[in-house]
This record gives sequence, C-alpha cells and structure tokens, in this order.
Amino acid sequence: MTDDPRNEAAMGDEPRNPTASFDPRAPTAGATLPTLRVTPDRYLPHRYAGASGDFNPIHLDREFALSVGLPSTILHGLYSMALVARAHTEATGDPTRLRSLSVQFRGMGVPEQEIEVTGSISAVEDDVAVTAAEARQGETRIIRNAEGRLGRRVQ
Amino acid sequence: MAGRRAWPAVAYEVGREKLREYTAVTGETSSLCLDRRVAHAAGYRDLVAPPMFTVVYSAPAIGPAVVDPEVGIDLARMVHGSQRFEWGEPVCAGDEITTSATLDEVRERSLLSFYVFSTVSVNQHGTEVCRGVWTNIVRGS
Repeated sequence: MTDDPRNEAAMGDEPRNPTASFDPRAPTAGATLPTLRVTPDRYLPHRYAGASGDFNPIHLDREFALSVGLPSTILHGLYSMALVARAHTEATGDPTRLRSLSVQFRGMGVPEQEIEVTGSISAVEDDVAVTAAEARQGETRIIRNAEGRLGRRVQ
Repeated sequence: MAGRRAWPAVAYEVGREKLREYTAVTGETSSLCLDRRVAHAAGYRDLVAPPMFTVVYSAPAIGPAVVDPEVGIDLARMVHGSQRFEWGEPVCAGDEITTSATLDEVRERSLLSFYVFSTVSVNQHGTEVCRGVWTNIVRGS
C-alpha cells in the first residue's frame, strides 16, 4: 500500500515506544490509533445537515430541542461516527481499508466542545485488525463500544 | 406493532460536489477522497467516497422507512441507539447506488422500543457496496 507520510509523522510525534503505535503495514494487538481531536463549530450541525440530508430539528433548533426534553441541541450521532471512522482511515492512510464499523451512541454531543476519538487494536484475525474505540467530549462518552475492522487495501 | 416490512429500492447518483461537501464537513483528509488525480493514479475511476458517505446515499431509502406512519415511530421520542456498517466495493463519484431498506425487528424492554432497520446498497454493476443496521430507540409514554 502507499506509505502515507502522516503515519510516520503521527508515530514520530508520540512520546512513547513507537511499536505501541499502530503500524498499518503490520497491525499488532495492543497498538493504539493516533488520537483524533475535532472541535465542531457552532454551525457545524447546520452544514452537516445540509451534507447528509438530516434536518432533524433536535440538531438545529434549540427551542425545539428543549421542547422535547433535551438540555440543548445535540450533535448528529452519525457525524460523531464519521469522526470515529476518520480515526480509523487516517491510521491506515486509506479509506477503503475500513471494512466495518459498529458503534453505540450514548450521552449527548454538543457543538463547540472538543471531541476526542481514541482507539486501539484489540485483535488481529487473519489479515483483519479489529479495533476498540470511543469518542468523548470531556468526561462524556458520546460514542462507546465502537468496533472497527481494518483489512487490506481494496484493489 | 410492526412486523418485518420492506420498502422499494431507491437509487442515488454520487456527484463530485456532493462528495466535496461531505468531506469538507467531516474534515476528511484522505487525498483519494479529495483529489481526483490521486484517485485516478491509484486506479480508481473518480473521487473515492469516504466510507461514512453511506449515510448520504442510504438516506433516500432509510428515511422514508423510519418516518413511515405504518411503522408508527414517534419521532419526537426517538434517538439513534446504535449503528453498524459493513463496506464492500469502494464507491466513487459517478456511481449510481441503489439501496433497499427493511424493518427487521421491533423489540420492547421496559419503557423503550427498539426498532432495527437494515439497508443493503449496491452499485450500478449490482456489486454490494454497503450493508447497514440502524437501531433507533423510542422512549415509551
């Protein structure tokens, strides 16, 4: 597969044993994915609604969100899941290597707070690296029990 | 209560500008998804869709299923509980993706109802590109 220079940079930036970082050429159980940090701005939910077609007002309209019992507008779960997917595909440098991803949505994500996606390889089965990951905002897990499968490059 | 149910398949034409809109909002960094020349050099027919772009081409199929009055979900009480996707053949700009949705299961646990939908998406060659399992949770009254 194409060596992605970002993988080298990410591993070089980590202040720990480089073999503990995920090597997409030879995944090993216990290796960690580079942490992904994203802070969605105030209007990200509106742009995500436009991009995805999901205009559910709980994501866009504070008054509506309050009226159905939410403390404020909440982030689209599938947007947070897209960040978890990005953490996986950026670790390999190749979006076609993500074979599957399953997540549970918990807690409520909000705009203007940093989202941190962390993950590691839980097992390597044949040529597939199985991951365990989660997404947090502060102390709140907004995605938990994420499990991904990273395979070899397609085509 | 709804039993198993299926809806007609819906086609979606993947366009470059829509891909760019989606990759911009999710902060996608893969050059296969951002640069047509890189995609071509890697052997792809056009810009590669990031895997989660499935939510865009599946939406015309899963959306009507979730809001179908015969399924009877109170949308004001619904939250997305969990989600699974499995990806097959990569999707590129220029592809036409056809998705069909089914309601597989409705189960109840204390005051919650779990609605489990699944989708299957194929490209213009009939090759599977994605399978999804969408679990929505509705709070009881």
